[in-house]
Amino acid sequence: MTDQTHAQTVLTTQDGVPLKVSISRALRRQKLRSVLLVAPLFLFILISFVLPIADMLFRSVENPLVPGTLPNTVVALQVWDENSGEMPPEEVFAALAADLKVAVAAKTHTRVGSRLNYENPGIASLFRKTGRRVKRFEEGDYTAQFLKADKKWGDVGVWQTIKQFSSPMTAGYFLAAADAQRTADGVQFKPEDERIYLFLFGRTLILSVTITITCILLGYPIAFLLSSLPLRSSNLLMILVLLPFWTSLLVRTSAWKVLLQQQGVINDTLVWLGIVGDDSRLALINNQTGTIIAMTHILLPFMILPLFSVMKTISPTYMRAAKSMGASDWYAFWRVYFPQTIPGIGAGSILVFILSIGYYITPELVGGTSGIFISNRIAYHISFSLNWGLAAALGVMLLVVVMVLYWLYDRIVGIDNVKLG
Amino acid sequence: MKLKSILIAATAFAVGSTAALAEDMTIVSWGGAYSSSQNNAYHKPYMAANPGVNIINDESSAEAVAKLRAMNEAGNVTWDVVDVVASDAIRLCDEGLAEEIDPAKDLAAAPDGTSAADDFGDLLVSDCFIPQIVYSTTFGYRTDKVGDSPPSDICAIFDTAKYPGKRALEKRPINNVEWALICDGVAKDDIYDVLETPEGVDRALAKLGTIKDDVVWWSSGSETPQLLADGEVVMGSTYNGRLFALIEEDKQPVAMLWDAQVFDLDGWIIPTGLSPERLAAAKKYIMFATDTQRLADQAKYISYGPARKSSAPLVGKHAELGIDMAPHMPTDPNNAKNTFLYNYEWWADNRDDLDAKFQAWLAK
Repeated sequence: MTDQTHAQTVLTTQDGVPLKVSISRALRRQKLRSVLLVAPLFLFILISFVLPIADMLFRSVENPLVPGTLPNTVVALQVWDENSGEMPPEEVFAALAADLKVAVAAKTHTRVGSRLNYENPGIASLFRKTGRRVKRFEEGDYTAQFLKADKKWGDVGVWQTIKQFSSPMTAGYFLAAADAQRTADGVQFKPEDERIYLFLFGRTLILSVTITITCILLGYPIAFLLSSLPLRSSNLLMILVLLPFWTSLLVRTSAWKVLLQQQGVINDTLVWLGIVGDDSRLALINNQTGTIIAMTHILLPFMILPLFSVMKTISPTYMRAAKSMGASDWYAFWRVYFPQTIPGIGAGSILVFILSIGYYITPELVGGTSGIFISNRIAYHISFSLNWGLAAALGVMLLVVVMVLYWLYDRIVGIDNVKLG
Repeated sequence: MKLKSILIAATAFAVGSTAALAEDMTIVSWGGAYSSSQNNAYHKPYMAANPGVNIINDESSAEAVAKLRAMNEAGNVTWDVVDVVASDAIRLCDEGLAEEIDPAKDLAAAPDGTSAADDFGDLLVSDCFIPQIVYSTTFGYRTDKVGDSPPSDICAIFDTAKYPGKRALEKRPINNVEWALICDGVAKDDIYDVLETPEGVDRALAKLGTIKDDVVWWSSGSETPQLLADGEVVMGSTYNGRLFALIEEDKQPVAMLWDAQVFDLDGWIIPTGLSPERLAAAKKYIMFATDTQRLADQAKYISYGPARKSSAPLVGKHAELGIDMAPHMPTDPNNAKNTFLYNYEWWADNRDDLDAKFQAWLAK
């Protein structure tokens, strides 16, 4: 009896499976299929994008070399007070001798030297030199033997550096990236003549904002023209906008060099026209002006394209309606047309700003000394000084700055208010 | 069935024959005239003598240090032999990214029997480095813009009253601070003792500061020749081979100021992490490419001095221009009256620190 009522209340499919189960099974299969469809892309992004970036960012705090290569020394140094101003005891020297013998056999002592040299110049050659001698060290009185190998081992500063960087995690890279260092009196800014990164962060932001604004000023009229012309002529104009977009970045940057330099086309023309004297040619390149001009040109399509696609969707009837009700041209534009293009300005500005904040090659080529960005220093540390930890710390800071600005933008303008078309 | 076995046989043959015919070897260098000089002097004769080897040129030397480290971390080293400057070789050796070389075993002796270690002499600045050429960083000036008294002294770069106009200097402290101190009255032997102190660094930067507004800072060696050719600068530092090409090949009104030229070395390293077969092949190539005759041959194509003493007498004429190359070598006695050798040990220790100060000074 109960079985029968149950069978009646629960809907089943033809083969007797309850409908609910059957539907959820079908849905599950569908879900699985969509997950499987997305999976390759998801895995691709995870493996080729998220993981490498996470790994790179993790280097900004990682410090495995010192404790990994000098394990006994690190332990022995724990009893030594680095602020006492005295040399570490004999046990520390003995531990270092033991560690170095192992490290020299594995050829890792010079890597520790290079790592610590970032913090205290001179340690690289100290380790290289001592590495050659340590094999011949005899049992007993290691302090004297180290001092004989290099008198720099008598410098308390060297030992302070080793102790400071003896833990597997370090804040040292972030301190360096913020122009600070750890001293006996706590964390302090570096001397005035060594501070550079915060200054460069500031300059990068100011120049990026300037470039974004010039892109809006130049891009808006062009996008307006593009969207209001008949299709035939607007297509032609569009190709003119896109043509430089398809040209190699280096070619365009070099072309600006030819145009802007003091013996270049623009200056020659101005001198020929008599606008500037031959001895007072304008300095348009190898400074901030050069960076702003060349980067505005390179990033302009990123402003024009979203603006154009937003303007294309604005019906001309709004403007006509406003004018028919007595609005002047300017009033109709400012109160009716312009507000509708704000999503395009927002999208273009975000694109241009974020691209320019990480720009590297153009400032390097046309920026001289006053037009280089923080990314140029990051590139230096990646390719030349091999101080990847510092490069990672600077990268993290740049990422945080961009995210904070993005959050601010969301709070003030609203991220929903961005349209790419 | 028959088709299948034919296919298998064909595939096996194809795989076997490519392995036997072409053994790829990737050699990394700087590109441009320099790579083509190596191609003519080393690669072509080597491939002619070893038909089984196919040399692939890669022009990544400028980023070699960073790329080698990345390859090493990924456990996939795709380069066999890499051309780097000596300071990079020292860094790579320190980081364990370059193989150590035994000159007695891995390098050819000179024709007269002198051992390779003696033939290269002091130029073997790192255990991992096999020098090829001596190049120098020196100045070129526009002959049409210096009036009747062309500069003969390095301090002309600081004399903006006598030689007005812009100067091109490299956007890093190396060489610039040495020149600044020389012209500020420091004796050549004391330069690094002075630079060791913060006051010495300030002194060098202060001297450079006297011409800061007149300097175009370059970061690639090709910029100075371009700036000189365009008349943007009246004088500028760059590598002597670049100036040779500008003067002798492009016939620009430029002359060399050899005074206080800084010698530097460029050469090979073999990356660590190669399989034993590839390591052996790389060593075989190095043995061939750094022998006395090969190093002398390279000077036919580019004006850099061979690193072996025994190669110097064999330097002949330029392969295309037909001019005698010996007077264009930085090591020629006429050019090398006043020189100094890049102090590798000192710069390896102080490069990053001084560079930070220098960049901070530049930015202000």
